[in-house]
Amino acid sequence: MTLDRRRLADHAAGWGFAAPAVVLIGVFGLVPVVWSFVLSFQHTDLTSPGTFAGGANYAKLVADPLFWDAARRTLVYVALFVPVTLALALPIAVMLNQRIRGVVLYRLAVSVPLVTSTVATGIMFSWLANPQFGLVNAALDAVGLPKQGFFADPGQALFAVVAMTVWGWLGFAVIIYLAALQNVPKDLIEASSLDGCGRARSFWHVELPLVSPATGFLLVWLTINGLQLFDAVYVTTKGGPLRATTVLVYHLYNEAFVSFDGGYAAAIGCAVFVLIAAFTLLQLRFNRRSHYEVR
Amino acid sequence: MRRPSALHLVLLPLSAVMVTPLVWMILVSVSTQQESRRFPPGLPSGIEWENYLAAMRDAPLGSWLVNSFVVSAVCVAGNLLLCSLAGYAFARIRFLGGRVAFFLMLATLMVPFQIVMLPLLIMMRSLGLVDTLGALIAPNLATAFGVFLMRQFFTTLPRELEEAARIDGASRLRTLLQVLLPLMRPTLATLAVLTFLQTWNDFLWPLIVVQSPDTMTVQLGLQSFQGAHTTNWPKLMAATVLSQLPVLLVFFFAQRFFVRSVAAAGIK
Repeated sequence: MTLDRRRLADHAAGWGFAAPAVVLIGVFGLVPVVWSFVLSFQHTDLTSPGTFAGGANYAKLVADPLFWDAARRTLVYVALFVPVTLALALPIAVMLNQRIRGVVLYRLAVSVPLVTSTVATGIMFSWLANPQFGLVNAALDAVGLPKQGFFADPGQALFAVVAMTVWGWLGFAVIIYLAALQNVPKDLIEASSLDGCGRARSFWHVELPLVSPATGFLLVWLTINGLQLFDAVYVTTKGGPLRATTVLVYHLYNEAFVSFDGGYAAAIGCAVFVLIAAFTLLQLRFNRRSHYEVR
Repeated sequence: MRRPSALHLVLLPLSAVMVTPLVWMILVSVSTQQESRRFPPGLPSGIEWENYLAAMRDAPLGSWLVNSFVVSAVCVAGNLLLCSLAGYAFARIRFLGGRVAFFLMLATLMVPFQIVMLPLLIMMRSLGLVDTLGALIAPNLATAFGVFLMRQFFTTLPRELEEAARIDGASRLRTLLQVLLPLMRPTLATLAVLTFLQTWNDFLWPLIVVQSPDTMTVQLGLQSFQGAHTTNWPKLMAATVLSQLPVLLVFFFAQRFFVRSVAAAGIK
């Protein structure tokens, strides 16, 4: 009797505590996922009730050259953004992990982009990369190179976006690596140096494997964020010039809020979702295989 | 044995590159129009405060900052309260459907926002919340990430802590508030920092759900200001500096704290 009553009290207490968050997340996080899937089978402008479209939106997706161009650009962007960020972040984190004078200031300088909003970053980089009087062109000019268009040049705009977002995410990646490096037990490094390992070798064989969980996390995190690239493009190039920076989510935005084809936008959204899920699962699998742990 | 390290040769230029955008933003913001359009660019000859006055005259920066602050503050408060309660329940109470609810909630972490935003817009429209701060607050009041973070925290605490209080007859809520709350501070701080950064810097959702200048957050407002003043760089930069000031100030005074929060969220 008392046991049953206590269990009942547990159910009530559990839901009493969890319900507000669960209901909010369910309504605003879970219901829209299903709804979005439904939308992708409708013709809708998102304002008036939609009509059933069958697979028309997905047929359009397969046949839409703009979609495939956007997908290709997104993959090019991710293939540059993620490795470049990681390749810069790890050596910087290793340097900032040394006990040298002024390291606090260096850390501050590197982590400043963390609190700089994408809009502010976009405005700053638009000026720095300005084709007429930007600072970057002044630097090129000083060493005798011709001025470049950067965001204004269809052949360079995507790379300018890569550079800008690497600046924006570098601090985050460095902090994650620093935290991982600081967790590497000092005696392991000492032991390896007693065994005759040089600094470089002990880094390669001891520290690098031990920070691989951080690498794995960053790989997933940066890829997911890279596949969802939108803000940085919106505030610098608006998808241009000549669609050179129209990535998947920008294409989605255009379809939903410029062409008012909500059903097709939802179908693009579902494609992005599948892409993200596939990448995440792939990387998680790979991670598990190359996972080291110290106890 | 501390000798000057050769690392400075790398770190000094690197730091310069990292802070150049910010430093140059400040320099342009106090330049005259002519100075901002010379090539090669140089240092301003004086300080042109007029840019700041003009920016404040033309952009309702005050109300944008207030909007951003209200949205962020309410979302931080909501997350701290609701995620703690739910995280505690999922970690400590065995209740009907609890595991299923937790699993479903975790699943939403995988979902990109672009999937959610189209139906969310339709929902906000039928709730009559479009173009209000409510539309910016409601979807961010409790987050799956926050519940997960708090649950992970509660599972690391020894059960004996609360059992003693429970045996003494304290209710669950009282135990949570009086026994566990003091221990939760670092985790709550992490959640607060991350929620604040996320809502303060959010752009896509405000872009599609807010139209009128009075309801804009500072990011959205700044972007609309950029669209309208592409030729007046000093004024645009002054507005950008003003928009970044609150967060930059907080960051400089609480840098360690920020960094620890970000690192904690990444590693857990």
